[in-house]
Amino acid sequence: MKVIELSKKFGRFGGQFVPETLMNALIELENEYLKAKEDEDFISAYRYYVKEYSGRPTPLYFAENLTKKLGGGKIYLKREDLNHTGAHKINNVIGQVLLAKRMNKKRVIAETGAGQHGVATATVCAMFDIDCEIFMGKEDTERQSLNVYKMKMLGAKINPVTSGTATLKDATNEAIRNWVANVEDTFYVIGSVVGPHPYPTMVRDFQRIIGDEVKEQIIEKENRLPDYLIACVGGGSNAMGLFYPFCNEENIDIYGVEAGGLGVDTDKHAATITKGSIGVIHGMMTYLLQDKYGQIQPVHSISAGLDYPGVGPEHAFFHSTGRAKYVSITDEEAVNAFKTLTQIEGIIPALESSHAIAYLLKLGPKTKKDDIIVVNLSGRGDKDIHTISKYGGVL
Amino acid sequence: MESRITKKFKELRLKDKKALITYITCGDPDLKTTIDLVLSMERAGAHIIELGIPYSDPLADGPVIQKASLRALRAGTNIDTFLEMIPQLRKETDIPIALLLYYNSIFRYGIKDFLDRCKGLIDGLIIPDLPLEESQGLKKLMEDYPMDLIPLVAPTSQSRIKEIVKDSHGFVYCISSFGVTGKRRDFNLDLADLIKDVRKYTDTPTAIGFGISNSNAIENLKDFADGLIVGSAIIEKIEESIGCEDTVKNVEGFVRQLKSAML
Repeated sequence: MKVIELSKKFGRFGGQFVPETLMNALIELENEYLKAKEDEDFISAYRYYVKEYSGRPTPLYFAENLTKKLGGGKIYLKREDLNHTGAHKINNVIGQVLLAKRMNKKRVIAETGAGQHGVATATVCAMFDIDCEIFMGKEDTERQSLNVYKMKMLGAKINPVTSGTATLKDATNEAIRNWVANVEDTFYVIGSVVGPHPYPTMVRDFQRIIGDEVKEQIIEKENRLPDYLIACVGGGSNAMGLFYPFCNEENIDIYGVEAGGLGVDTDKHAATITKGSIGVIHGMMTYLLQDKYGQIQPVHSISAGLDYPGVGPEHAFFHSTGRAKYVSITDEEAVNAFKTLTQIEGIIPALESSHAIAYLLKLGPKTKKDDIIVVNLSGRGDKDIHTISKYGGVL
Repeated sequence: MESRITKKFKELRLKDKKALITYITCGDPDLKTTIDLVLSMERAGAHIIELGIPYSDPLADGPVIQKASLRALRAGTNIDTFLEMIPQLRKETDIPIALLLYYNSIFRYGIKDFLDRCKGLIDGLIIPDLPLEESQGLKKLMEDYPMDLIPLVAPTSQSRIKEIVKDSHGFVYCISSFGVTGKRRDFNLDLADLIKDVRKYTDTPTAIGFGISNSNAIENLKDFADGLIVGSAIIEKIEESIGCEDTVKNVEGFVRQLKSAML
């Protein structure tokens, strides 16, 4: 049998900077994942559930009104918001929970920021009847109380995390600590292309269905590949899912949009690649927001899902090679984009995805009429109505 | 070059004694007290001191050491102030000192610069988020310094033990059970097997850490390994005495108790 090995690093990024207690679990996970990847039964189970349970393939919608308004290239929205539970997160959760079942793990844990990954995990665990515990920063449980309520309804146990800054970063620390203590019977479902190897690769593989579908759909509609790809980047799973299948198509311009918060020249943003430096967080070497002593800095974004001081190591790699460009959008620009898409297309985007839309609003008018732009609409905005109204954004 | 840690274990081995290794976080509650605490622990009979460099995201630590880190950071402790404190401490004592730090602290500072600044002052590094696979470069670099990179083995290490402990120096840090640092009632029943496995592949001394909180635990565990490490329980003594002036006295008394359980 051919020995397949996954690379542990993307250039200098990635790796496994974790306590020794976890190393065998990561090796076991990698081995099992490699087997599952080649196993027709596993692949068809994944395909079955993303289709029948989550509703894939999601449409690639031609946003005619927005195209007219911006006056540039044709705009297509990849409607990940139409997935069950309202975001792309479930693609990855279905893959990982199937893997957890395959490995006979009795218990699943996950971290969550906005609550989308937590809800997706609680949902899939309810369906498969697996014990589920979600770690969520206390501050986020307050910002996203609706999702907390949903997760509880779905039977998950919520652990509000009060350590550190009480947001996604700390929820991830706490989930890792819990995994260290329960590594023998627990599967840790990481929600983005972050963490120690093999997670960034594995999560990318479960999310690349986004880009694979886009490729097929755009060829069917336009008979050619797009010129631009745009997606928001917190940890970066929706972006990597879209970008990865296109990363060898050198004529395509790829944009990852980070959270600029109150502005990247203030200390209230989460623009990790734009403003960060190289270091280690959550088991990976990547760009992060840190001070001169390597202490991880508090970050800010109006969107809880982008409020993260690190970024997936493959994005760090794409940045270092120039394969993708990383730009930032402020809270205010994101809120305006939220309103624009809602009013013009009748689609309420998540605040995370609104960052991608906001960059589209800037880039679109500069593109040529026969260009094709694909934007990943990673999630829907119902969860954010409260935040928007508090921001003074009554439509 | 032999480090102070290696020399200490040799000395203890000749006398058929076990090492008591005590941990505190630098700068908790402040760096001046850190010096006094190290000296008091030495007076009370500790053989080796483990000093934690406070970090914003201490993944391998439980709530007690997390809080100590936070107190130290709030008091303004950082690598620069730590490096200013260490020569002062060295004027007072020759006790072996191992640093417990997270990889990002040293990576961000510049690894070679950090080792140069610590040369002759610090005797070992314990980096809980730098497993074997990621540590090769640092290990090679440290060969030129009288400083040991202390490897950690866990109850889950199994077939990895051989590679982890081969060519090790100082001591092998044996993690007592699953989980992060902090007190616990139960220890891994296979601890004896873990130590046996380590000894199969190296003559480097072994020390057990994570969760050892009182004389009772020390009496139960002291025969297993060449040394025992106590951390969170000492930090709790510091935490309890915040705001009063008895911190140093309380810690000294506590370490004395631990020491007498070692005998």
